[in-house]
This record gives sequence, C-alpha cells and structure tokens, in this order.
Amino acid sequence: HGAQESSTGELQPLPTSPGTDLQSLAPQDTSLFSMDASSPLIYDTPSRGTPARQRPDLGSVRKAPQVDLCSEPVSGKAAGVINLTECNLKLHFAITEALNRAFVCLQRFLQQFIDPTSREGENVSLDLNEPLYMQKLDEISVVGEPVLNVNCGHVQAFDADLYRQLICYPQEVIPTFDMAVNELFFDRFPDSILEHQIQVRPYSALKTRNMRSLNPEDIDQLITISGMVIRTSQLIPEMQEAFFRCQVCAFSTQVEVDRGRIAEPAVCRNCNTTHSMALVHNRSVFSDKQMIKLQESPEDMPAGQTPHTTVVYAHNDLVDKVQPGDRVNITGIYRAAPMRVNPRQSQVKSVYRTHFDAIHFRKTDERRLHGLDEENEQRLFTEERVATLRELAAKPDVYERLSSALAPSIYEHEDIKKGILLQLFGGTRKDFSQTGRGNFRAEINILLCGDPGTSKSQLLQYVFNLVPRGQYTSGKGSSAVGLTAYVTKDPETRQLVLQTGALVLSDNGICCIDEFDKMSDNTRSVLHEVMEQQTLSIAKAGIICQLNARTSILAAANPLPHTLLSRFDLIFLMLDPQDEAYDRRLAHHLVALYYQSEEQVEEEYLDMAVLKDYIAYARTCVSPRLSEEASQALIEAYVDMRKIGSGRGMVSAYPRQLESLIRLAEAHAKVRFSDKVETIDVEEAKRLHREALKQSATDPRTGFVDISILTTGMSATARKRKEEVAQALKKLIQLKGKTPALKYQQLFDDLRAQSEAAITKDMFDEALRALADEDYLTVTGKTVRLL
Amino acid sequence: MPSSEDWINNPLGVVDGIFGKRQESDTNLADSNVPSLNDVPLHYLKPNSLVKFRCMVQDMFDPEFFMGAYETVDPSTNSKELRCGKYKDLVKSQQVDFNSRNIVTSERQTFYCVPIPGESQWNSYACSSQARVVPSTSYTPHRHKRSYEEDDDMDMPNVDSKRLETEAPCQNASSSHCSSNLDLNFPLPGERGPACLVKVYEEWDSFRLNDMLEVFGVLSVDPALSFIADDKEVSSLLDPTDTMETAEEQRAHSPPASLVPRLHVLYAQPLQHNNPLLPSAISEDKAFLSGFLSELNSVRGELLTYLTHVLLGDALAAEYLILHLISSVYARRDVLPLGKFTLNISGCPHNSSYTEQLCQIIQHLMPSSYRLCMSLHNMNNLPMVPRKDYTANRLVGGILQLASNTSLFLDETQLEQGQLDATGVRNITALGNLISWQKVDYDFSYHQMEFPCNINVLIASEGRSLLPCDSQVHLRPTVSPPNVEEYLKAIQLAQLPSHLNKYRVYLTVARLLDYSISEQVTKAVEEDFVEMRKDNPQSISAEDLHRMLVVARLLSLSYGQTTLSRDGWIKAKQLEMVRTSRTQQQECVNGNEP
Repeated sequence: HGAQESSTGELQPLPTSPGTDLQSLAPQDTSLFSMDASSPLIYDTPSRGTPARQRPDLGSVRKAPQVDLCSEPVSGKAAGVINLTECNLKLHFAITEALNRAFVCLQRFLQQFIDPTSREGENVSLDLNEPLYMQKLDEISVVGEPVLNVNCGHVQAFDADLYRQLICYPQEVIPTFDMAVNELFFDRFPDSILEHQIQVRPYSALKTRNMRSLNPEDIDQLITISGMVIRTSQLIPEMQEAFFRCQVCAFSTQVEVDRGRIAEPAVCRNCNTTHSMALVHNRSVFSDKQMIKLQESPEDMPAGQTPHTTVVYAHNDLVDKVQPGDRVNITGIYRAAPMRVNPRQSQVKSVYRTHFDAIHFRKTDERRLHGLDEENEQRLFTEERVATLRELAAKPDVYERLSSALAPSIYEHEDIKKGILLQLFGGTRKDFSQTGRGNFRAEINILLCGDPGTSKSQLLQYVFNLVPRGQYTSGKGSSAVGLTAYVTKDPETRQLVLQTGALVLSDNGICCIDEFDKMSDNTRSVLHEVMEQQTLSIAKAGIICQLNARTSILAAANPLPHTLLSRFDLIFLMLDPQDEAYDRRLAHHLVALYYQSEEQVEEEYLDMAVLKDYIAYARTCVSPRLSEEASQALIEAYVDMRKIGSGRGMVSAYPRQLESLIRLAEAHAKVRFSDKVETIDVEEAKRLHREALKQSATDPRTGFVDISILTTGMSATARKRKEEVAQALKKLIQLKGKTPALKYQQLFDDLRAQSEAAITKDMFDEALRALADEDYLTVTGKTVRLL
Repeated sequence: MPSSEDWINNPLGVVDGIFGKRQESDTNLADSNVPSLNDVPLHYLKPNSLVKFRCMVQDMFDPEFFMGAYETVDPSTNSKELRCGKYKDLVKSQQVDFNSRNIVTSERQTFYCVPIPGESQWNSYACSSQARVVPSTSYTPHRHKRSYEEDDDMDMPNVDSKRLETEAPCQNASSSHCSSNLDLNFPLPGERGPACLVKVYEEWDSFRLNDMLEVFGVLSVDPALSFIADDKEVSSLLDPTDTMETAEEQRAHSPPASLVPRLHVLYAQPLQHNNPLLPSAISEDKAFLSGFLSELNSVRGELLTYLTHVLLGDALAAEYLILHLISSVYARRDVLPLGKFTLNISGCPHNSSYTEQLCQIIQHLMPSSYRLCMSLHNMNNLPMVPRKDYTANRLVGGILQLASNTSLFLDETQLEQGQLDATGVRNITALGNLISWQKVDYDFSYHQMEFPCNINVLIASEGRSLLPCDSQVHLRPTVSPPNVEEYLKAIQLAQLPSHLNKYRVYLTVARLLDYSISEQVTKAVEEDFVEMRKDNPQSISAEDLHRMLVVARLLSLSYGQTTLSRDGWIKAKQLEMVRTSRTQQQECVNGNEP
C-alpha cells in the first residue's frame, strides 16, 4: 500500500468545528467526489502497524450517478449553501468538514453511549450501565475478532443527525466510523495485535424495509431488509489488486481494480515496451465474494402476489455465513449497477441491476435454535399501532371482543373460541433449568372433539391462517416422520440433510392437526414428548439431536379418546345443541353470512389484522407473573377440584390440571396486557377449565366431573348406544318373567344372541351398571338380582 | 393531438411527443380495432405498435429500475435532448449520456403473462372475428395450427416489402435458439399461444397472480432483448455481475423476444369474465343486461332441455349442472369461501367415452375449462400445484393455476386401483383443499403460500367421489341409447351455433348478477330451519343449511332473480329434498357405501 499513504492530513479530527452553518453533508453530485473507501485517506490514522483491510462491502461497485437529487432529505439551509455550479473545491471542503464532524461525533458515541434497557442476547455479559461499545472494544482486545457490530438504533438515540448521515452516506460515514473505532481502540490497547483493523458493521438500520418497498430513492443508502435465503453461490474470488509483470524486463506493478475493471498498463514504465505487461494471477490480491439470493419473507407479502427476490453480495468473512432456508436480516448498501455498454450492440437495455452489498447478517431464527427468548423479534409496531392496541386492551370487554372476532363465520361455541384465544396468547415461559427442573411448558394444547360436520376443520383452518408460524396437517396423511423430522440425502452433494417436519416448523406457533383420531398410534406417541417436553429428539442416520418444538397443538378429532388426552389443557366437545333458541340464532347467523356485505361484516367484527397484531404484541411484550392473591386463588381452585371427586373415589384433578390453570390464567392476563396475573384471570381460567371439563368429562350418570372419562372416554354417540343396550337388556330380563336372580354369563350370552350388533363385555357391564343405577337390579359377583 | 391512427401505429412517437410537451392526456382507446396478440401471430404485428393481449398473470418478476428519462447527445451538433425512457426496452447506447445529471431512475414491474389457461376454442374464434386489422389478406386466424418454428421457412407472399424489412432481422435472430425448446411455462399441458412479458408502469400492487387481464400496450420484439448464449463471454467480461445469473434464470427472464414478446402497458383492465360474446363490463352495460334478462328464462328452459338430453334424460342432474356452472365464489368470510358449488355427478357410465363427451359439451359452453383425468398415472405424475423453481427464479405452473371461473372437470371414472405415491397424495390433498377452501397452496420449497382461487370443480364418478364436494347427484338415466357416443353427437349437432351462443351468454350473465336477501325472507328462512329441526334434528344440520342457501342463491340467479323470494326458497328446498332422497335411495341400493 506504499503508493497510497500520502494524502491524509486534511482528515485529522478537528477539535472544534468552524462556524459554518453546514448542518449536514452536502447534497452533492456523488460523481464529483470520489472518496474511495479503501483509500488511505480513511485508513491511516492510529493503526500503529496493524494492516488495514479493504472493505469490498463498501466500495465494490462504482456509484451510479443517477441518485435523484431532490429525494435527499436535506435541509433547505444546507442546500442553499452548496451551489452545485460552484467549484468542486468548496464542495470537497464541505464534505471533509462534515466527515470530520462525524468523526468526532462517532467517537463521542462510542465513548459515551449507554443503553440500560438493552435486552439483546449478545449483550448479556456486559454491564448495562457502562458505555456499551467501550466494553465491546475490551471484548475485541480479548477475543481478537476485529469486528464491531453497532446497532443503528443506538446511533439514532444518541444523535439523530449522525444517524441520518450514516443511513444516507454509508459509503463515506462507515469508513469514518472505522477510523474512529480504531483510534479509540489502539489508544486504549496500544499493544494489541489484530489480524487487521477493526471494521464497523452497523445493523438494524431503523429504515428496515421489506423488499417490496424498496424504490429508486434507496439506492446507495444503508438499509436493513429481512428475508429468507433461497440460494447461495459458490465462493467467487474477486480481484482487488492485479499484479502485472513486464515480460521483457520483469518490472512489476500493481493495479487496483476499479469498478470491477482492471486498467491494464499498456506500456511498461521501466523499459517502455508496449503491451509487455502480463497479469500474474497468484500474486494478485483477491477477496472472497458470494452471491446470495434473498426472498421476501412470507409474512411481508400482500395476498395474491408472489415474493420478490433480491441479490445480496457477501464479502470476505461474511461469505458462507448463511445457508439456504435461513431467515435473515441483512444490513447493507443498496446498489444499482449501471447497464452495461456492449460495444458490439448499438442498443442497450435501459435497466439497472440492483443488489445489496451486505455489511451485516443477522439470522432471525438463530435464537430459536439456541433457545433464547424471542424478545427482539423484529415485529415493528408503529407508535400509533401500539396506542390503538393499548386502547383496545383497556376496554373492559376486550376478552369478549377478541374471542368474538375469532373465526366470526363459525357460530357460537363461545367458550371454545375463548380457549383458542388463550392458546394463541400462551402462558408465560418459565425457565427452571438452573434449579434442574427444566422448562415449564407455556404452550396451551387444545383438543376439539365432536361429531363430523361441526366446523372443527374450519376453526383449525382459521387458526392456521391467523398465526405466523402455523402448520396444518391431517392425522390421516401424516406420519411420525412428517410431523417430526427426517434425514435425507441431498442428491447433489451426497450430504445428509435434516429436514424438519410440521412440529418443528411450527416452533413458537401453533400446529393444527385435523383428524387426530385417524393418526396411527406410533405417530401419536411422538407427540407425547413434544406436548410435554416441548422438544424433539432425533437419532437417525448418525444424526442425534434435540430440536425445540415449543408448539401449541390444536387438534380436532371425531369422538375417540385415548391416553394422550391428559396432555391437552382443554378438551372441548363440539356438539349440535339442538334446542330451538339455538337453532334460531344459528339460522340467523348463517343467513346473515350470505347476505351481509363485506363492509357490514367488517363493522361488526374486529379486523383480522388488528387481532394478529394484538396477539403478536402481547406475545412479545407482555409476560405476566402470578400475584400473591392469584396464587392463593389457584391453590384453592386446585384443592376444590381435588375435593369434588375424592368423596366418591374418583380423581377429578391431577397436578397437570393445576399447571393448565396457571397457563390459562397467564394467557388471560396477557389478553389484558397486564404484567400481573390477578384473581380475575384465575377466575376465568377456572371457569373455562370447568366448562371444558363439563363438556367432555362429566359423568352423565352422576353429573359429576370425572377426569377418568378423559382416559376411558365416552362420546355422545357411545352414550346413546349404551342407553339402547341398557333398554334391550331390561326388556330381555322382563321377558324372562319373575326370576329373582340370573346368571351373569347366561344373561350376557342371551343378550348377545338376541341383538344384531355386536355386544362386548364392556357394553354389557355398562348396561348392567346403568340398570343398577335405576335401582332395577344389583350385581353381586356372578349373579344378577332383580329388585 | 395525435390521431387514433398515430396511437396505433406509432404510440412511442406519441408518447415521446407528449413527454416533450409535458402534457397530460387521457388514453381512450377504442379497443375494437386494436390487433390482439391472442389471435394474430406475432410476426404479423408491427414492432412498437399498439396491441392488446387477453391473458392471465402467471408469474411476477422482481421490479426493475430503469432510466425513466435520459439525455441524448447528438454527435454532430452536440446538442442535448431529454428523452422519455418509458415504454421501451432499449436505448441507443452511443448517444446516451450515462453521466448526465438529468437521468431519472424509475421503477416498473414485469409480469409473465400467458393466454388464459383452458380457453375454449369458440372463445378465440369469436374474438378474432371481431378485430382483424392485419394488413395481410391471406392470413386466417388459426391459433393452434402453426408452430413458430415453421414460420421461418414459410414465405409470406402477400406481405409488403416494408413489413418484410422490419421483420427480417427479428426472424433471423430468433431462429437460432428457437430450437432450444423453450418451456413457455403454461399451467396446462399442451397449451400453445404467445406468452408475454408485460411491463407495468403504474399501480402494479393492484395486480394479483392469476388475474385475468386485458392489456393494451406497446409491442417490443427487438432481438437484442433475448438472452443469447454466444454473447455470454463478452458480457461477462464487461460486467462480472452478469455471471451471477444462472443460464436457467436468464432463459426464464429474458426469453427470445420472438417467442415471448415484451408488452409495455399503457392501459390494463382486469377482466370480470373472458366471454367474448359479452361486453367486458356488463354490470355497467345496462342496455345489454336488460335486453338479455327479458329472454333469460326462455334460454334457461332451452339449456335445461339440452343438458337433460346430454345427461341421458335426467332433469334433476341437469338442473344441478346449471347451478354448478353459474356458481362463483362471491365473498369470503375469514377462511370460508361463499358461493362455491362443487358438484359430483355420480353414476356416470364407465367404460365409455361418456365423461369425455360430457366434458366436451361443457367446454363448448364455458369460456375456459379443463378436463383432468384422475387416472393413477396422472395423479402420481402430473404437476398440479405450482412450485417455485429457485434455479430459474420463476414460478413453474401447475394444473391448478387457473384463472377465476375456469371449469375444472375431474374425471374420476378413470381412476383405477393401485397405489398413490407421495406426489399422488399431495395432489389429492391439493384437490381436496381446492374444493373445500377454494385455495391452492403453492409450493415455495421452504414454505407454502396460499393463493385463493375461484374454480368450478365438477366431478364425474361412478360411485360417490373420494373428494369432498358440496353436492352429489346420482345420475338416473331415463333413456339408454345403444351407442352413447352417437347419441351425444346427434344432440350436439342439433344445437344451432346461435343457440350455443345464447347459452354461453346466459351462463356468464347469470354468474355475474348481484344478489341479495331481504329482511323478510331472512326471517322466513330462519323459521323454516327451526321448524325442520323441531321435527327431526337429524334432518338438517348447519352444513345442510349452508348448502341450501347456496342452492337458493344459484337457483334464483339462474332465473335472473336478484333477490331471494319465498317461492325461490321453497323451490330450492324441494330441489334439495329430491336430491337427498335420491342419494339416500342410492346408498340403500349400494348398501355398503358409508
């Protein structure tokens, strides 16, 4: 870099700024000043021997001179000062001056910025009341990784003007930033040895865009976009500096690559031979480069359109940081490469090629794998939106409003909707892993049982459409493998690839499983682990791992219960109530569905988008804790539940039910945006739990809640069948005339011989018990006595 | 002001003129005499002329930035001129000052459009008879007859020399890579026709995938637009970013302009329907509507008779078939599509070409339709769900990528015993989802994306269909002709083309009519429901009421009534009762059906 270390003087930080009223960087014609990022102008100051490293991410492509001048957010005052027709000198001075100011500002920022409320995972070990970035510099001196990630939000909080400059002129400001950091660092740790000078990587530019909203005004600005990686190229060595040697006299010279082109020396400077310079590849300097195709995340897309894609170039150590399928936030500079002029063609396409030069990657799903909380989920709500949501939350009937907004096309089933609503919010995640008890499940699982044609599937579809990470599968078609994960061999690379199934994909979301009863037992047993431990273990083809599957499960089944039932927090029975008033309202609802116009419906119900945002906000921002009274109420509720059954030798509650109650109460507190679980939450949790139990676990004989029904099970149709058998048995006995006692086995055989349908022993016992309850007979051992 | 002739022959000049004068002008295009890409082979059209194209948006490409305005320098006089870069693909490179400060970067969106899938033949003939502006007299519009490859060898005797001049380079350039068998990505197999890259300059957010559009725009077919393989080395030297695009991607995004012309949109309108016998916006054309409504009932009667004959004398099935053909998803309540009416005609004769002919008859009535044989081989092999091809960066069409109100005829009689593989199961699931929710989950490999659709699914089967459907009618033939084929052909021949046209208009009009239910009838319906449930709760479920309301709606509309009357409701109820009793009887006969 010998030839470059010449012109540096003018960028030394000035202690005071001269009294110009230049508030911002001038609205220059960017082609006028060519501040090459890699020039020594930037990289010289305090490095003390540590080599600077080129930043192809900042300067790999020539800046296109098509920036629309009017679109720059520049104050009128500054625009007045710099007249474009004036000489370049004044402009150059203005820019230098502005950068100097930026330099001072940035150093101040690094030295002073404190973010006491930081919740970012990577700041865990840092003292939040000390300057954040100075601690990070300390870290660099220890770890030796010369990269400093800077949150643009911090810059903005510190100095909005500085932030604006960073966003609008990243190509100039980031090198200044580098310089500021390096000066500070080497002042502090003069003896540190780093591989190269520290590079600043800003991220989370608040101007976070989705790909769809990119427009020509964003060119050459620092932008953070989110998306999913769909393709990565192989590593591309990109020449940074070409090495030429004269074939006559062996004189060598280096030529820097400018805008992707090399100006081949036509004449040897030493011996003056023309066309004697030959490129020597292995002495040229290359940097790594990789092309990444990024696709819009499905959440950002308007309905009915296909996702946009954009090209991202990763340079140097950012190469191979992401894989296809990763969800990432990319901070980078948006570029528009000018059209190529092909000398062989008289016409050119008037289209620019656009791409991003990546400066910083952040995988949005990485934290999920590491089990950290998703507090930073980039769900950006505007302040107005939050205000609207809070206003809604303050309404006393918010719970009812939200639940009625859920699947409005489905009639009534209020409690079921409330249950699903609470499931959408979920409980508070608690971590007891330090005390060795592991995680407590926060997800609420719900099972809907009911006769066919009671809009169960419709409810599931609705929920699946509502939540961002929803999965919809049918028990009929899904195998254990499809639900969990499987290993396949990539046909191209012959590598083993872990493919995740529905349960893993819906981590932090809801997995809707229709036709739960049709699922094979084998598959269902896989659900055991997921539903209680919220993890999935895989041991296949040499891959052994445990994946997070913190999934709420919403299942629907035709009546047919089994042991998995205890894993469900709520089990609802969806039946046709069959009474006149209900029928009338149902008819009204259905007819209204067909004649109301779209607008009328919207007036009546909360918008689906509001509901979505409300849930998302509550899930990320509210984590209620139990209050003292609420704890007491929960204890009482549990004790009461145990008491109900104890008198009759039945179990009406297990500890699992207590956990369910807690989760439900927490979810209800979330609905209210409350940080505390209070007695009203517990009341509602109790009520809902009771309702669900009443529907599904009431012993029809006694009217008592018997939890064992959930495990032995009996559906409405089965109940009816039982009654029929009992009646048939009674008739049979009456036909036998006046015999005080009958043989059990004899009676059973007679009944079987008489009835068309197959009668099992269980059914026979049931029938006997039913008749015994009518005080018609008693069973003692192997004899049946009439009363 | 430019005359309309200027608009047609030289819109670019007009646009340039307008841009120069900075005038605002309304484009009021009389569409009758604008040549249509659908009917006129591409090489008969003048480059840079105004054409129209009736199409469906098959894929949406990324937006592109281009020079909305640029400056040219005349080398001889050195004078500069600001020019408009809109509505064209290419600029003359020698004259453009790329460093000019006055260059304005603008944005436009490219859609990959294909002719509406499954468009019936009568549809395109009817259209081409309307608009024929082709100078050539020898040309007869035969859309399906000739392939573009052949065109190069054909001489064109009647084309005047001037046109030959403009076309010659275009043809030569295209011939070299025509042979490379370009996949034009039509959703349905065996389709032909021009695909088109439609460039939209305004409000592209309002377009949806699978929208039916009529586009008026400037045709751009310059061979320089095509991705040419030989040029690759040259270009990669000049711009390393070029090599980043795979060959597949380039092929998909810059296909030869001779096969996939570019169309720069001046005006695009979404189509309510693609029936050429009707004005494009019927709801506004009151005169047409009232004129047709007066004879609507008689047309319905004739159509019913016709379909009854077709359905071997089964009037009930014919009635339901009419209801099915005019059904359309008119609204969605959260996930529930309203208005769909999937019909399953069971009891179709096996081992004969009956279903095939039935489908043909429907194709003759509906503007667009497709017959899908549900043979095991097809189910296991056909690509039904569109999927994203990330290598070429495009959406690969599948059979289920269809425009609104396309009639999809599923022939289940072709299904034989055997094993469905993974693709087969996925296809069946996709069909089930299509029928139940009127949506198709497109496969984006890392995730699925749901696209709502509005497709009339008709299932012909022997027994009850294995797919869910809204309504099932078991065919009960009253005539049993010895030769079904001959019989059906005779019926078809007996229909005059004018009659067929009336049926076609009828089916489209009835579908597009507005509909409402008055307060009173609402009450009556509610009462009725409660009453029916009182007698026997099992007799009618909420689902049955749903269906009855749809039947009542369709029945009213089929008679041209836009509100539900009491009579209409009772008729619908009776119709449903007859149907369900027949189904029950059938189940008793079969005994083993679930």
